[in-house]
Amino acid sequence: MKKQKLVVVGNGMAGIRAVEELLKLAPDLYDITVFGSEPHPNYNRILLSPVLAGEMTIQDIILNPLQWYADHDITLYTGKTITKIDRVKRTVSTSDGFEETYDRLLLATGSTPFIPPIPGKDLPGVISYRDIRDTDEMISAASDYQHAVVIGGGLLGLEAANGLALRGMNVTVVHLAPWLMERQLDRVAAGMLQKSLEAKGLNFLLEKSTEALIRGEAGRVSAIRFKDGLEIPADLVVVAAGIRPNTTLAESAKLYCNKGIVVNDTMQTYDPRIYAVGECVAHRGIAYGLVAPLFEQAKVCANHLANFGIARYTGSVTSTKLKVTGIDLFSAGNFMGGEGTDEIVLNDPSGGVYKKLVLKNDTLVGAVLYGDTADGAWYFQMVREAKNVNEIRDHLMFGQSAVGDVGHAGESKAASLPDTAEVCGCNGVCKGTIVKAIKSQGLFTLDEVRKHTKASSSCGSCTGLVEQILASTVGGAYTPAQSKDKAVCGCTDHSHGTVRAAIRERHFLTIAQVMKEMEWKTPNGCASCRPALNYYLISTWPGEAKDDPQSRFINERAHANIQKDGTYSVVPRMWGGLTTPAELRAIADVAEKYQVPTVKMTGGARVDLLGIKKDDLPKVWADLGQAGMVSGHAYGKSIRTVKTCVGAEHCRFGTQKSMSMGVQLEEMLFGMWSPHKVKLAVSGCPRNCAEAGIKDVGVIGVDSGYEIYVAGNGGIKTEVAQFLCKVKTDEEVKEYSGAFLQLYREEGFYLERTCHYVERVGLDHVKAAVLGDAGKRRELYERLLFALQDYEDPWTEAVAKPAVRREYQTIVLKEVSGVTA
Amino acid sequence: MSAWNRVCALDEIAPLGSRVVASHHGDIAIFRTDRDTVFALHDKCPHKGGPLSQGIVHGDTVTCPLHGWKLGLADGQAVAPDKGCSKPFAVKIDGGEVWLRLD
Ligand code: SRM
Ligand SMILES: Cc1cc2nc3c(=O)[nH]c(=O)nc-3n(C[C@H](O)[C@H](O)[C@H](O)COP(=O)(O)OP(=O)(O)OC[C@H]3O[C@@H](n4cnc5c(N)ncnc54)[C@H](O)[C@@H]3O)c2cc1C
Ligand code: SF4
Ligand code: FES
Repeated sequence: MKKQKLVVVGNGMAGIRAVEELLKLAPDLYDITVFGSEPHPNYNRILLSPVLAGEMTIQDIILNPLQWYADHDITLYTGKTITKIDRVKRTVSTSDGFEETYDRLLLATGSTPFIPPIPGKDLPGVISYRDIRDTDEMISAASDYQHAVVIGGGLLGLEAANGLALRGMNVTVVHLAPWLMERQLDRVAAGMLQKSLEAKGLNFLLEKSTEALIRGEAGRVSAIRFKDGLEIPADLVVVAAGIRPNTTLAESAKLYCNKGIVVNDTMQTYDPRIYAVGECVAHRGIAYGLVAPLFEQAKVCANHLANFGIARYTGSVTSTKLKVTGIDLFSAGNFMGGEGTDEIVLNDPSGGVYKKLVLKNDTLVGAVLYGDTADGAWYFQMVREAKNVNEIRDHLMFGQSAVGDVGHAGESKAASLPDTAEVCGCNGVCKGTIVKAIKSQGLFTLDEVRKHTKASSSCGSCTGLVEQILASTVGGAYTPAQSKDKAVCGCTDHSHGTVRAAIRERHFLTIAQVMKEMEWKTPNGCASCRPALNYYLISTWPGEAKDDPQSRFINERAHANIQKDGTYSVVPRMWGGLTTPAELRAIADVAEKYQVPTVKMTGGARVDLLGIKKDDLPKVWADLGQAGMVSGHAYGKSIRTVKTCVGAEHCRFGTQKSMSMGVQLEEMLFGMWSPHKVKLAVSGCPRNCAEAGIKDVGVIGVDSGYEIYVAGNGGIKTEVAQFLCKVKTDEEVKEYSGAFLQLYREEGFYLERTCHYVERVGLDHVKAAVLGDAGKRRELYERLLFALQDYEDPWTEAVAKPAVRREYQTIVLKEVSGVTA
Repeated sequence: MSAWNRVCALDEIAPLGSRVVASHHGDIAIFRTDRDTVFALHDKCPHKGGPLSQGIVHGDTVTCPLHGWKLGLADGQAVAPDKGCSKPFAVKIDGGEVWLRLD
């Protein structure tokens, strides 16, 4: 069958991104032809600033080299401007008579710089700042001339001014408004910005309106004169006074335009065969001038070009980052505030830090950060998700990292970090490595940075810092993913929430069924989605859905912890932290018999036997089993430990029998799988020697009964547990904590600890479910007990069943020598 | 050309699972996909030597259990952007049995 013809006008960032997205979905659907006015393949326009600043070369910023077009059978015409569209004949043509037909047409013509009608605007030496040619011209002017004037103190103007100053020119920025970047910053932040730019050698003339550009003797611009009569020398004038959507071509073809080519939510213009994306577009009345929304548009457009027909673009909230090395600045949403809004402000001029948060009806609607932008992505996320921040309002200003973030020396200011600073403590990745990868590989998203550099791909605690580095390198092109509808992984577009709901509502029982019905893109998923699906199935349909060992991470498949050298560790369970001489003797015997290299006390108050060969595991378990011990799930997304203090059994302050309570809880929860690991602690009095305040469920004995706390965490980010309720009896402790854990098991997303789960759904939701209605609580509790009733301990099973034991055996080859078949 | 060695019955490897074979080349991981094809790789991840046999198998790829590198089962090449290779060995299924050649 003959392929349809897709013609793309505009070889820039939005158009080519749409083509890339299309190729991912439907690589063979179209014959693709691309026209671009510029004589270059698609490049990363936003990195023109580092090129101007001398930090990069043009070669570094090419996103799609010519070979890419060839590899995908795309016909590329560079240096060719389309001047006419014939919508009846379905052709596009150039002024020199070149013509091409299309079945579908994609307009991605970007925008054109706005040049105010000032006398002298056409003089040589007066340019705008948009493309490689402008950049080259600035670079050559910098080597020949001395005085530069930049008209416009917005993002683009300041980046141009900074670059020219770095190239040795004497630069003055002229701005009409009373402060810089008035569309992105409030007055205070702008003042601080101006001061740091002045310290870098830039000059500013604010509230100045230009009267004329003066022609010098050589015919080139030589000075600029203002309405108030002031005149200063200017051998180069860069006009950065804004951009206008480039609709010339669309208008000449009588496509409906209104401050941009008007498109609907599928990026289709008024002519159904013609789509448009990028800065040339007006969507719901808005024309965007940053890359992130354009990329979203490109994705939606590709979905429709590929005839999938399901995606919709509903608009974007944008954020801004200035890409001037050494300056940390961030703004998003409505940061000016006004009627009906509250402002929380932190202003430390000598410390160089200013932060303003704007709230409206308990949601964050805007933020400006100067000097310390560590939490920019976090705030931006809340703005975009319109999250209710009432519960965290009192510490909102101190940011996400203020609460016990560890692993990078509490460092939170990305811009001031030297290139050699270690950002990711897990994988040893330095700032310089990350910046280099972003620039040279053309990365735009956190996922891409993770893949290429491994930074923030392990424990994730440096995510904020990496996001900041990304944002300051690509400016507003970076948008953090929206957490609530983030896809499970690359195998599907569905979120955890959607998948969980479908499993419940449609009664799915196998992974294969989920993948088929929900149109997974890969044959059998990957190491991220399979374990999640397996958990969702067995937790939603206990007794019906069958556990799939091959979809479990090795630790849960082998029931022991894999070590860096491929050996395993075994942690015998010690209920509530209690043991006996006989158990200790059995552990000692095992350690000697199997020559266990390391025996240590864990942070969970039990003994770890490290360095056991996989083949020996069943034998070790058999020996421990003889002494009545099972293993401790020290690896699983499951119940881990219940730590206890000595309590009323021995302690002179004890009010409740914490050891006995702890043992009861651990026995009740034995065999519980959960979205992430679950740890409990029981203390006998408020001195809290068992550290119940940082556990998923913490129980504290008081004279009149027990207090129950939930959603604490002692790991990557210390999170203090929140008070849930007070109860009287041991049985009630079991029922209330069991009900809470069952709620978490049913609603939590895979790899979401209780603290993150409760942060997502809100403590009020948890209270309503667990405390609000005694009947509901009992049902939750009973569902938990039902799910746990048939649990067969896997260590006895591995010892007893040959088929399971096989998994642990190495096959020794009887090698045949000689020549055969 | 060296000989084919019998490893085990195909049934003794779980679908989407693997077994480890000890040989004079060191440990070799034999993988079985869900379409009942088998592959063999040196059981050592090119990253930091993780035992690939302990990873999760999906499609024609295995994810290393230690730090999540993905390797192609057929050629042992790491999936981009990671770079590295684990040596592949010839395997075949014949009469329900898995055979391995060690050259
Ligand atoms: C063995 C032990 C260290 C020790 O020698 O003390 C340990 C070892 C590991 N911890 Fe831990 N953690 C151990 C107690 C803890 C504790 C302390 C505690 O339980 O009271 C914490 C903080 C408390 C908490 O979880 O809230 C802890 C917080 C973590 C975290 C961070 C979790 C978080 O949500 O922030 C991880 C990473 C993860 O799970 O994703 C982790 C992950 C790991 C893993 C499983 C990493 C891995 O995937 O291989 C380590 C396995 C080492 C191995 O091969 O054996 N370990 N880990 C401790 C076992 C306790 C036990 O008896 O079961
Ligand atoms: C110096 C600079 C710094 C920037 N910094 C940032 C930043 O930090 N963060 C951020 O998010 N954004 C930034 N931007 C904005 C970002 O680059 C643009 O939003 C993005 O490039 C727009 O993509 P587009 O495809 O719509 O337009 P473009 O990338 O401009 O592509 C349009 C292309 O179409 C061609 N064309 C137009 N008409 C025709 C025709 N009739 N025939 C053939 N070809 C045609 C044009 O020549 C152009 O090459 C910056 C822009 C500049 C100039
Ligand atoms: S045991 Fe825990 S803290 Fe120690 S290195 Fe391993 S994961 Fe990190
Ligand atoms: S050893 Fe395999 S990913 Fe690190």
